[in-house]
Amino acid sequence: MSTANALVISDLNVRYGHVQALSGLSLSVGEGEIVAVLGNNGAGKTTTLATVSGVVRAVGGRVTAFGKDITNGKPWDIVGAGIVHVPEGRRIFSRLSVHENLQMGGYLVGDRAAIARRTRRVYELFPRLGERRKQEGGTLSGGEQQMLAVGRALIAEPRLMMLDEPSMGLAPLVVKDIMGVIKAINETGTSVLLVEQNARAALAIADRAYVIETGTVALSGRAADLATDSRVVDAYLGA
Amino acid sequence: MTQLIWNGIFIGAFYALVALGYSMVYGIIKLLNFAHGDIYMLGAFGGFAMLTAFGGSVAGGSIVALLIVLVLSMLGTGMFGVVLERVAYRPVRTAPRLNALITAVGASFTIEYGTSLVAGPNPEVYPVQLSGSALHVLDAHINIQQIVLVGIAVALMIAMNLWVLRTRSGRAMRAISQDPKACLYMGVNVDGVISWAFFIGSALAGAAGVMAGAYFGTVNFLMGFIIGLKAFTAAVIGGIGNIPGAVLGGILLGLLESFGTAWLGGQWRDVFTFVVLILLLTVRPTGLLGERVTERV
Ligand SMILES: Nc1ncnc2c1ncn2[C@@H]1O[C@H](COP(=O)(O)OP(=O)(O)OP(=O)(O)O)[C@@H](O)[C@H]1O
Ligand SMILES: [Mg+2]
Repeated sequence: MSTANALVISDLNVRYGHVQALSGLSLSVGEGEIVAVLGNNGAGKTTTLATVSGVVRAVGGRVTAFGKDITNGKPWDIVGAGIVHVPEGRRIFSRLSVHENLQMGGYLVGDRAAIARRTRRVYELFPRLGERRKQEGGTLSGGEQQMLAVGRALIAEPRLMMLDEPSMGLAPLVVKDIMGVIKAINETGTSVLLVEQNARAALAIADRAYVIETGTVALSGRAADLATDSRVVDAYLGA
Repeated sequence: MTQLIWNGIFIGAFYALVALGYSMVYGIIKLLNFAHGDIYMLGAFGGFAMLTAFGGSVAGGSIVALLIVLVLSMLGTGMFGVVLERVAYRPVRTAPRLNALITAVGASFTIEYGTSLVAGPNPEVYPVQLSGSALHVLDAHINIQQIVLVGIAVALMIAMNLWVLRTRSGRAMRAISQDPKACLYMGVNVDGVISWAFFIGSALAGAAGVMAGAYFGTVNFLMGFIIGLKAFTAAVIGGIGNIPGAVLGGILLGLLESFGTAWLGGQWRDVFTFVVLILLLTVRPTGLLGERVTERV
């Protein structure tokens, strides 16, 4: 793929008390790539993203983003460096309006005009959000909330967007929409790290993919190759 | 009748100012800050110390001098609140609720008896006492001073509400009260915003303290205890964690007390407050404007 890397994770170790969640996990995302991370429940996917975001501390290993060491950085420095995390379960602020949720995405953007411009663009991308701008976030449907979570991340104009199971709990058609949006965001130059249980949907838009098991990479390769790899087909794509 | 209503609003304005900080802190970190009333007391003492130090130059109790002292006391109590959160509450933020509650009770005693050590256990008389000509509105006596104090209280409440609703940090504060972790993903320095909330809540309590000292004339190191309980009651009446609710609760409590006292006698005033609190907790624990639950699963 491209020469420069958006994200390089090397030999990452993370523990929750006595639980070793990541043991020596390494992966990378090239600039402009979509990289999928697949794995069963409890494999360590969310932990990987949370560690990059500075919300969970690494006890070993390194995280480098756009050539800069960001290991165990402060969450706001990491967002400031252009790495935005769309969290598992969306985490919409349920009693803030749709519009205020978007504004929260621009918390570190000093330029109000830029926030306003990007907000307009999000409303163009997701007209449903524009129609519901005054509505409380918690009253949106699951699909709308996921759109809002992605839109909120876009206000920060990320260089790398990390999404944690954006398809969770959504109807197949809505999953298709979301994947289309992620692909479109990627085509504007944003690198994407996409964690998914829905391997089929993720592999359809990804350039490369990693399969992680118990905190370490078990398998990796080009998305097209993994989609036909018998180990992946048996374990993650069903018969 | 008009008199009772005015008295209720006047006292209620003090309750509301203190209740705001109580409710805001609860809303954001779910801590019952039992030391909040003591910050009101510190404001009253800070004002007392400054007015005493300036001595005769502010004799006559000019409103301008009082305003300057008010602002300085607010800055002082605001910073005190920030330090209190940093040293006492932040270390126990992730601990079980009971630990934080005990810490808050401990902080309250520490501030009370610390003040008693520094300033002496006896009540002090404020060097400035506001008393002046009364207006007659309908059949009520309303002093100019009362109007000024209520005016200041209302201005502070409006300013604080604008902060919460319109500013970036106010919005972040509301977001933190819903999901602090999501705020980290937005790049919010959550600890920094919590410090701001403590600053603002404590400054409002400090303002109420100075105004109470100047109006009622005396200050003592335990004066924060009862008002702390009343502010808590006001916050619960309005729905704890709810900002407009705290103002509504404060005014309602002031009115209830004013009418209760008139009907039952002054010795029943505080009893009345706690009967109201207990009744409300039984009948409507979420308070009048308590959180609606709109989350979808
Ligand atoms: N806060 C925590 N405290 C203790 N253990 C945790 C915590 N968070 C995660 N773990 C453990 O770490 C491991 C990895 O969890 P993680 O959430 O990263 O998995 P995941 O791959 O995202 O799973 P899922 O697909 O279910 O979201 C699991 O064994 C989990 O139980
Ligand atoms: Mg997960």
